[in-house]
Amino acid sequence: MKNLLLILALIGSSTFLHAQAHLPSVDLQNLEGATVNTSEWENDGSPMVVNFWATWCKPCVTELAAIHEEYIDWIDETNVKLIAVSIDDTRNSMRVAPFVNGRGWEYDIYLDPNSDFKRAMNVGNPPHTFLLNGKGEIVWQHSGYAPGDEVELYENILRLSQGLEIEH
Amino acid sequence: MSQLTKIGLIAGLLISSLSYSQESNTDLGQIHGNFQTDFQYYRPDSLIGAPDVPEQFLLNGFMNLNYTRGNFSAGVRFESYENALLGFDPRYKGTGIPYRYATYSADDWEITAGNFYEQFGSGLIFRAYEERGLGFDNAMDGIRARFRPAPGIKITGVIGQQRFYFDKGDGIVRGIDADWNLNESIESMKENKTKIILGGSFVSKFEADLDPRYNLPENVGSWAGRATISKGKWGLFAEGAYKINDPSTVNNYIFKDGHAMLVNLTYSRKGLGILLAAKRIDNMNYRSDRTATVNDLLINYLPALTKQHTYRLPALYPYATQPNGEMGIQTEITYTIPRGSRFGGKYGTQIAFNWSIAQSLDLQNINDTTDIYESGTDGYTSDFWSWGEERYFQDINLEITKKFNRKFKLIGTYIYEEYNRQVIEGKTGFVYMQAVILEAQYKLSRTKTLRFEAQGMFTDQDRGSWAMLLVEYSISPKWFFAVQDAWNYSNPDPNRQIHYYILSFGYTKGGTRFLANYGKQQEGIFCVGGVCRNVPASNGLSVTITSTF
Repeated sequence: MKNLLLILALIGSSTFLHAQAHLPSVDLQNLEGATVNTSEWENDGSPMVVNFWATWCKPCVTELAAIHEEYIDWIDETNVKLIAVSIDDTRNSMRVAPFVNGRGWEYDIYLDPNSDFKRAMNVGNPPHTFLLNGKGEIVWQHSGYAPGDEVELYENILRLSQGLEIEH
Repeated sequence: MSQLTKIGLIAGLLISSLSYSQESNTDLGQIHGNFQTDFQYYRPDSLIGAPDVPEQFLLNGFMNLNYTRGNFSAGVRFESYENALLGFDPRYKGTGIPYRYATYSADDWEITAGNFYEQFGSGLIFRAYEERGLGFDNAMDGIRARFRPAPGIKITGVIGQQRFYFDKGDGIVRGIDADWNLNESIESMKENKTKIILGGSFVSKFEADLDPRYNLPENVGSWAGRATISKGKWGLFAEGAYKINDPSTVNNYIFKDGHAMLVNLTYSRKGLGILLAAKRIDNMNYRSDRTATVNDLLINYLPALTKQHTYRLPALYPYATQPNGEMGIQTEITYTIPRGSRFGGKYGTQIAFNWSIAQSLDLQNINDTTDIYESGTDGYTSDFWSWGEERYFQDINLEITKKFNRKFKLIGTYIYEEYNRQVIEGKTGFVYMQAVILEAQYKLSRTKTLRFEAQGMFTDQDRGSWAMLLVEYSISPKWFFAVQDAWNYSNPDPNRQIHYYILSFGYTKGGTRFLANYGKQQEGIFCVGGVCRNVPASNGLSVTITSTF
């Protein structure tokens, strides 16, 4: 056991291995119930945002509502696409379509009712936001939401669309 | 502890060396994961019933480490309970690796050996899942295979034993599920506007019969069929399940078969969403050990059709499905009053209305000489369509969200609830509760925000009425501070009219979060993501660190 941990530590600290760079391949459902694999997501070389949320998660709903007000401008300026992955389980997953449409949100919505994608992306608690560059590489992430976080997210989207690196 | 220090050390090394590197070398694969530690220092407080903790502080922690390379992935989860936090089952004890797996996937098939999570349909006959924050984990340990023999067809097979704290249950669970998307697999339906997806599953458990009294079924089979049909603004989902007789501790060893039915109808267009849902659960407790209770060794998942309130006061009375039997209905309407109209204002006003009810089944004696739920008999009969007389739960709530300008936003909520404590918690009494909540958000600047919550929950039963105030100050994207006080001002026992104050502080950087709470947590049910558990009263300091890398 101790040896295993040490080996893992050594492997981890070596420079040859890197944290997850691309989206893992997981089957999710769209709002019509059809299976869609996450590896099929793309946005014609423009940035993508992948956001984990749930109907019962107040800060998640606040965040998506705040982005909703600016989303049209974001698309105009950067062609960004926001994919909102609901981790609601069966209790709430069927509420998602009316919940989203009733609020007028125009995100790409997917359901992850048994948290398979959440697990594959190593997400602890929602909300959790990942930003992908035009090549589909994960370049930035943020856990939780405080009002104003969308400003930092959008600054990073702008940098990506201008071909700049993200600052950490 | 030394083990855990080591885990922390490794985590540190991993994060520092890995997390922000962008170039990738796929030849060597990638290591990624996450960890969480919850530390709690307890102060005894006899007044609120917080027990004395001999260890003084307790700690839960886990870390997922995954390795992926091309089509191959493998991973482990270290878990540590030194000792488990109050509210967690004490059988979570010590440190170990209760979860490890390896998966290989190709274009049209995938195989996993070791631990895995899986759900068939809506979970009525099979769901293996985890809810780490609540100490729930019924991961399978065995083999899972998936095939896609043709476009639109997906078949999943599983076999294994279920996790039981740091051990496994003796029973064997095996199952197969098929999902058939007609529009993808039938050429003539490809362009059809009506989308149809059908599914079916079969699950069986094996458990030896060592019972001296009864001749119990050793193999208990269950079936489920489902359909998802959508066309434009309309969506329909229906699933029905059947289980053969499965006498158990929970159903008092009756030999009745089980049924479950779940139907959801939705209509939605931009600005309006309507949901209508109904369910009927009849004797559907399904576990790989017939003597297991509470959250142990559950094979299936029976969702509650009620809204989950997350405000602190109404969250004290959440509903949980009664697996022995219930009928329920839920409806929800979400509407946005358009921008620019009189009530819509500049940003549009959101209105969400939700009503749900859960009621007993209409139970009848099977004959004149047999009691309802009498062990060793068929237990009862019940008409599919007729409602029983006992109210388990009812909730009528309305939420209005209005943004006045770039800086100021208000959310008003009203909740009326009927809560059958005897059925839901096994305690006596029935609670009628009304709650009013006003939440205000005021942006001081681009990144600085003040948030207020004023909550009142009024009832003559149980612990009486509560009032609560919360003030939160956040500086995006890194800091937040909050103060809250819930005051149980009309507790029938004047000595227990206590202030439950909590001070909170949080710091976030990227995928890492640090959160500290200091104060008194009231006893009650704590719900996250659809699972509820009782948390005992506690008083002291808690620190949580989470990180994704």
